[in-house]
Amino acid sequence: MRKSDTFLLLSALLLVLLGASFADAARGLAREGPALERKAEMVERLGLTDLVLFTEARYTRHPSQADLHSAFQDHPFAMDHFPTGSLLPPPIWKGRP
Amino acid sequence: MRVWLNKQRSLLDFSLSSLSRRRGKTLGMLAVYTAIVFVLASVMLFSHAIRREAATVLAKSPEVLVQRMVAGRHDLIPARHLEAIKGIRGVQSAEGRLWGYLFDPAAAANYTLMVPTNPRIEPGKVVIGDGVVRVRSADPGDLMSFRAHDGSLVQFKVDHAISRESALVSADLFLVAEEDFRRLFGIPAGMFTDLAVSVRNPREVGKIAEKIDAALPDTRIILRDEILRTYESVFDWREGMLLVLLAGSILAFAIFSWEKASGLSAEERREIGILKAVGWETSDVIRLKMLEGLVVSLSAFLVGYLLAYAHVFHLGAGLFEPVLKGWAVLYPKYRLTPFVDELQVATLFFFTVFPYTVATVVPIWRAAIVDPDQVMR
Amino acid sequence: MIHLTDVRKAFNQGKSNEFWALKGIDLTVRAGKVTVFRGPSGSGKTTLLTLVGCLARPTSGRVRLRDRDISGLPERFLTDIRRSTFGFVFQQFNLLKGISAVENVMIPAYPLGRDPKELSERAHALMDSLDIGPKAQSNAEWLSGGEAQRVAIARALINDPEVVIADEPTANLDSERSRQFLGIVETLKQAGKTVLMTSHDPMVCDTAVVDHVVCLRDGQLVESR
Repeated sequence: MRKSDTFLLLSALLLVLLGASFADAARGLAREGPALERKAEMVERLGLTDLVLFTEARYTRHPSQADLHSAFQDHPFAMDHFPTGSLLPPPIWKGRP
Repeated sequence: MRVWLNKQRSLLDFSLSSLSRRRGKTLGMLAVYTAIVFVLASVMLFSHAIRREAATVLAKSPEVLVQRMVAGRHDLIPARHLEAIKGIRGVQSAEGRLWGYLFDPAAAANYTLMVPTNPRIEPGKVVIGDGVVRVRSADPGDLMSFRAHDGSLVQFKVDHAISRESALVSADLFLVAEEDFRRLFGIPAGMFTDLAVSVRNPREVGKIAEKIDAALPDTRIILRDEILRTYESVFDWREGMLLVLLAGSILAFAIFSWEKASGLSAEERREIGILKAVGWETSDVIRLKMLEGLVVSLSAFLVGYLLAYAHVFHLGAGLFEPVLKGWAVLYPKYRLTPFVDELQVATLFFFTVFPYTVATVVPIWRAAIVDPDQVMR
Repeated sequence: MIHLTDVRKAFNQGKSNEFWALKGIDLTVRAGKVTVFRGPSGSGKTTLLTLVGCLARPTSGRVRLRDRDISGLPERFLTDIRRSTFGFVFQQFNLLKGISAVENVMIPAYPLGRDPKELSERAHALMDSLDIGPKAQSNAEWLSGGEAQRVAIARALINDPEVVIADEPTANLDSERSRQFLGIVETLKQAGKTVLMTSHDPMVCDTAVVDHVVCLRDGQLVESR
C-alpha cells in the first residue's frame, strides 16, 4: 500500500467520523427536545433567571441579577475574588439612569 | 485528468515520505497542534452549547423584574410598590418574589433559596435540587436544620428532590414555604426580594419598563431581554481567562510558524536545489511543501475536533470542570445538549489549516526560485 | 545538435567581484556521440556544462538546441526542455537522504504525472540493467560510491532523455569502478544517446568510447580534438 493510499484512507475515515459527529449532534438535539421544554417550563413556573453554572458567589450564580457593586465589593480596584468571575461579563445595563 | 491525478498522488506520496524522514519533528508538531485544536474546539463547542441552552431554556424567565436599589446596592422592596405597578396600563400581573442565598455549614455550600408560588410548598417541608442531594447525601424524609437570623433553629423535612434532568437550572435550589423563608431571614411581611411583572403585549415591555421606572425612582428594571443577553456574552473571547487561553494559543501558533519560517536548514535547501536540478518546476516544489503543511494541519484539525466533540458532549467536558467549578462546592451534573454551529466549525477549520499551510510555503519560496545550477557547485 | 555561439557567462555582474567564467565559446555537440570537456579546475568546464544542459542561461551569446534558440527562454519552458531532453549525473551524486534508492530514481518523473505502477516498473528495470536491482529498497545513505553513482545514472535516465550529462563522473571512484562506468557510457552510446562529460581524468579522456574532447582553459577553448 502506498503511503498516499494509507493517508487518504485515514483521512476519509476521519471525515466520515466528522460527518457522524454532526449526525450525532442532530440526533442528540432531537432527543433532548422534550427535556429542554421541561426545563423551560420549570423556569417559567418558578420564575428562574439564571443557569446554575457558577455557585461560588452571588454575582456568579445570578449574573443577570447582579448589581455592579458585587464584583468590586471590597474596593473599586479590587481584583475579582472568584475564579469564575473572570469567565463572566459584567451585567448589561440598558442605559437607563 | 488522469495525468493530473497521478501527479497529485505522486506528490502526496513524496510529501509523506519527506515528513516521515523527519519523523520525530513531524509527530511532535502534529501532537502539539492537535492539542491546541482540541482545547480551542472544546471551548468553542462548550461555549456555544451553553449559550444556546441558556437562550432556549431561559426564554420564559420573568418578563420584567423590579429591584430596589439603595446606594447602588440591591435592597428589599416594599409590597406597596405592587399597587403602583398594577396601576400601569398593559400590566397583566405583578407579584412579589422571595429568594436569596443560604449558606449550609454542613456542606460548606451555597444554596439558592426560593419561595415558589405555584404550587406552594407545605410549611416545614423543602424541595431540593440534585446538587443539594449530592452534597448532603439527602433522601426524602431527611431533616435539614439551619440557624435563623435570630439564632433559633429552623428545620426542614425533605419532601422530594428535583430530577437531575433539569440540573442546569435547578441543581442548587432549596424551595420552601413563605413563612419559613421569612422566619429564617427575618424578612417582615410586606417586603419582598424583588417584584416580577408580566405584560399583556410583549411589544410594550420597553414602554411599561419606562413607566415603572418613572413611578418608582429608587428601582432598577431588568428585562427578560437583558437576562438573555447576559448569557449571549458568557464565555466571551474578549473576557478574562478565555482571552488568556486565546492569547496562549495564538502565541503557540506564532512560535510554530516562526520556527518553520525562520529559514530552512541547509539540508532542506539542498533538497530543493536537487529537485530543481532534476527537472521540478518552482510550482511543483511549492506544491510539495504545501501538501506537507496540509497533511499536518488537516490531521490535527480532524483529530483535535473529533476529540473535542467527544470530550464536550460525551464525557461531560470533564477537563473544564476545575475551571468552571472554581471554589464552589456544588457543581451541577448535567449532560450538555449538542448544539453545534457548523459555521463555527468551518471557521475553526479555515483558521487551523490555512495559516499553517501558508507558513510552510513562505520560507521555501526563496529557495524554490533559485537557479538550479547552484546545485552543481 | 547543440550549438553554442560566442557564449559568455559572468557571475556577480556589476559588483566588485565580477568574474567571467566563459569568455566566448563557439562549440557544437554532435548527436549520438560522446563528448568530454577537459581542463583544470576553474577553467569553466562545469559552467559550460550547465549552459549546455539548460540549467542556466548565458550572459551573452546564443545556445541552440536543434535549431531552436533556448538561451532566452523563460524558466518554465527551460525546465520543460531540460526535463525531457537532459538527464544529469552530478559529481556529488546528490541523492536525497532518508528515502530509498528506487524512490530517488523516480523523483524526476513525479511532476509528469505518469502512472505509478508503470513508473515503478521502469525504475526497477533501469536499476536491474545497471546491476543495482537488489539495492532498490536501501536508503540512499547506505549505498557505496559506485552504487550511488549507478542510482544517480538510473535517475538521470528515468525520463528517457536524449542527452546524458555527467560532471566529473570518475572523480570519486577507483579504477575498477571507473572502468565499469565507462562500460555504462558505451551502453548508452549504443542505445543512441548523446553523452556529455567533464573530466580531467586521463583515463576518461583517452578512452576509445570518447569521440570528441574539448579542452578549456580560463574560460576559453584551447583545442578541440
